[in-house]
Amino acid sequence: MNEHLLDIRNLKTWYRTYQGYAQVVDGVNLTIDAGKKIGIVGESGCGKTTTMKSVLRVLDERKAYLPEGEILFKNQNILKMRETELQQIRRKNISMISQEPSAALNPVFTVGQQIFDVISYSKQDDTAKNKKELTDIAIKAIRDVFIPDPERILECYPHQLSGGMKQRICIAMALVTPRELLIADEPGTALDVTIQDQIHRLLRALVDEKQTALIMITHSLGVVRELVDQIYVMYAGNIVEVATTNELFKNPLHPYTRGLMDCVPRLSGGGISAGIYGYVPDYVHPTPGCRFSPRCPYVKEICRVQKPLMLEVSEGHTVACFRYTDSFTEQHRQEESIGERA
Amino acid sequence: MTKAQLKEDLRLYWYKFSRNKLSVVGLCIVLLSILCAIFAEIITPYPQHAKEFVDFNQASLAPCRAFICGTDIFGRDIFTRLIFSCRGALSMTVVVLSISVPIGVFLGLIAGYYHGTWADTIIMRTADVFLSLPSLMLAMAIAAVLKPGMRSSMIAVTAMWWPWYTRQVYGMASSLRNEYFVKNAELIGASRLHILFREILPNCLSSVFTKMALDVGWVILIGASLSFVGLGEQPPTPAFGQMISEGARYMPDLWWMTVFPALAIAFIILGFNFFGDGIRDMLERGR
Amino acid sequence: MNELNQQTTVDSKILSVKNLKVYFPVEGSKKSAHKYVKAVDGVDFFINEGEILGLVGESGSGKSTIAYTIMGMNKPKEGSILFKGEDILKNNNKRSISFKKDVQIVFQDPGSSLNPFQDIRQILKLPLKVHKIVPKDQLDEAVAKALDRVELPRNFSYKTSTSIGGGEKQLVSIARALCSEPKFIILDEPTSSLDVSIQAKIINMLLKLHDEQKLTYLFITHDLSLMRNISTRVAIMYLGKICEVAPTKIFYTSPMHPYTQMLLSSIPVISKEEEELKPKKVVSVGEIPSPVDIPTGCSFHTRCNRKIDICSQKDPFMREIEPGHFVRCHLA
Repeated sequence: MNEHLLDIRNLKTWYRTYQGYAQVVDGVNLTIDAGKKIGIVGESGCGKTTTMKSVLRVLDERKAYLPEGEILFKNQNILKMRETELQQIRRKNISMISQEPSAALNPVFTVGQQIFDVISYSKQDDTAKNKKELTDIAIKAIRDVFIPDPERILECYPHQLSGGMKQRICIAMALVTPRELLIADEPGTALDVTIQDQIHRLLRALVDEKQTALIMITHSLGVVRELVDQIYVMYAGNIVEVATTNELFKNPLHPYTRGLMDCVPRLSGGGISAGIYGYVPDYVHPTPGCRFSPRCPYVKEICRVQKPLMLEVSEGHTVACFRYTDSFTEQHRQEESIGERA
Repeated sequence: MTKAQLKEDLRLYWYKFSRNKLSVVGLCIVLLSILCAIFAEIITPYPQHAKEFVDFNQASLAPCRAFICGTDIFGRDIFTRLIFSCRGALSMTVVVLSISVPIGVFLGLIAGYYHGTWADTIIMRTADVFLSLPSLMLAMAIAAVLKPGMRSSMIAVTAMWWPWYTRQVYGMASSLRNEYFVKNAELIGASRLHILFREILPNCLSSVFTKMALDVGWVILIGASLSFVGLGEQPPTPAFGQMISEGARYMPDLWWMTVFPALAIAFIILGFNFFGDGIRDMLERGR
Repeated sequence: MNELNQQTTVDSKILSVKNLKVYFPVEGSKKSAHKYVKAVDGVDFFINEGEILGLVGESGSGKSTIAYTIMGMNKPKEGSILFKGEDILKNNNKRSISFKKDVQIVFQDPGSSLNPFQDIRQILKLPLKVHKIVPKDQLDEAVAKALDRVELPRNFSYKTSTSIGGGEKQLVSIARALCSEPKFIILDEPTSSLDVSIQAKIINMLLKLHDEQKLTYLFITHDLSLMRNISTRVAIMYLGKICEVAPTKIFYTSPMHPYTQMLLSSIPVISKEEEELKPKKVVSVGEIPSPVDIPTGCSFHTRCNRKIDICSQKDPFMREIEPGHFVRCHLA
């Protein structure tokens, strides 16, 4: 039917709260092809991590509720899978790196044991039992992430390693056996900038080498600019803009994307913009219209009542905003540009 | 604005409390036993049976319509005596907790804030001494030295109860003192009293309240144990433990003399524990 | 090192730190071994009145320790700190009440710097009461004014700190710091846990207040791109020592120390013109070593791409290579 590796269609993920359902992910569409690198950018609480947790179905089942949507991994709907099938996917096809490497590693087992587990779960054949082979694979994986002296590292407990080392180990674990998709949830955020840079370069090199598709979740526009080919900008549970990296930075269209770019402090100086007016909306009682409308400087009547659909503005550049629809006439835009100048 | 917010807060508290249905059951039991304790004279059929009273004509009757839990060997209504025991047990709990909790919390606060100083050492080692003795033994020893009775058993239980609160508050206070809001108050130049009672104490209270709610059952149980060995309330005033120990002599023929008091204790303690769990859920952060 | 302090006349310096050393004993080490975490190891710097000095470094570089030591939360092993010409380390490291009024700190974590069981009114009243800024009957009015100053609505005073967002919490922290009418504020990574759109708001507020209230800031951060836009001078720290100090513009256009170059080249940027500012051919390698076992010689030599023999043997001195631009490197 289609060639996509992962195809998320109209995904809605809600959380139960005492006031009602918090509609944290509200109709997300996302596709990624084999071997591609995409980034999801958004501020904290915009639902980017929840979306990815839905993909691996690692949400708290008592709280999460998925009223609609499909997540097709190689044309199989993950949301309808039985637990055993899902386990196979988690073991063999998709892996995830989390933001906090120290939370991702179990403090009471050595790094070696934890890597062996990953390998033997994913192989489940004779290699799984052969200690020698396991060690060889693990050592190669650690070497791949540029950690010197891998034999010694295998014997280490996580607390004996620094944060950067732990994150390297997590990457090694995620890629120790061939995977089709790697989800990286802010892998560098908790680390220092020089370490972060190393981790990102490492990640990019490994993903290219192993032909793994990468979904990079981050709040930093700079990070996605340097790492991925295509960017999804997310705001309050909605994808608001999708474009290739070059196109997005050359020609950001959605008012939120623009606002976000203005807020990033530049190395070249020039001061800092005033920030985006207002706050992230209430997820329990969201506005029926565009969720950015309460904060949007260009808001019109229609934005408050109707949800904008994704609109392809140019080849491979789509945006969910009424400003770019035909009904939003040239006249409006002129008014705006006058207003902007004033 | 503040009134609406208060209402909103209350609704949230009730939501969190009532999420677990057992908490609501617990609340009902707690309210029921408190009402029974307060209005014991009104609701019991024979309030005079809780005092010196003998009527051998109706002695040792099995449960029937007139005496729903039967009567004891002196012809006293067991149901009436249970309700009055409940009053005794609850008033003991109130006294014990209202003395031991403030003492324990205060000492824990001091020891925790002055972590690593001599104040810490003295307070915590004293608490350790109390904690290292088996609690019932300690209470029995104290109660035995004093004249047996309700008052001495209250003193005994209070003496063994405060260190638990000291320990708990100590742990919290010694970590809270490193929180930035405490540091900030120090740097601004706030007084020690302000830091102890305005900054640190409020942050400990929710867990103290939770512990209190969960402790009620335990205090009742310890009180019953003391009166079981004869160190609590003295006859003729009824008490759970004393009634059980008396009934135990006539097992199994007069089974109702033992079974009903035992059931009553179990019922009340269960109720308070469910209630305590609910309080804990309610005071927990987050939704 | 003395020239560093003779640069400006004594009057304009609000704070000067000389040869500051803060060591913490390593827990569990034997007494005979004398192992120390050398968190701050001989730091000299000064801040002129009205300046915004950016103190930048990776985690573990000792930048927050300097802030805490100025505030009196740690006891230094050596060195002196002069605030308005007065030695604040004498009198057994106790800070006077006037120091507590003049110097305030805003911490990194907005969640834990406000007491969750107090409402905003109580939080803001504390410094007003302690320093007797206003008479008792005008406290409420003063609280409202403090909220106005950071442009928070007045009805905030009845909210608890748990019911407001991270950016608003940080604004309340700033309002509290301003309540005692300070001269000097230490900002310890005030925006590092916030989103960029909120960070922008906070930073603009801080800059506005800096001008309005004639404040001096010591701004601690790990974010060099942020520092570019707000500071007047920048100092880079590595393993308890300052590597390079320069006025902001010079610092970013001609960084001299290899560590500064490495830091700058590691920053993810979002435009071409920024890309051009990043030093080429400097690839970030290695990690910051443990401050217990500091490498001999120049502490950065383990990661430096231009190291020569002398680097691992001799610790370089701070040298002034152009007015106001100090570098601690053998090659500079």
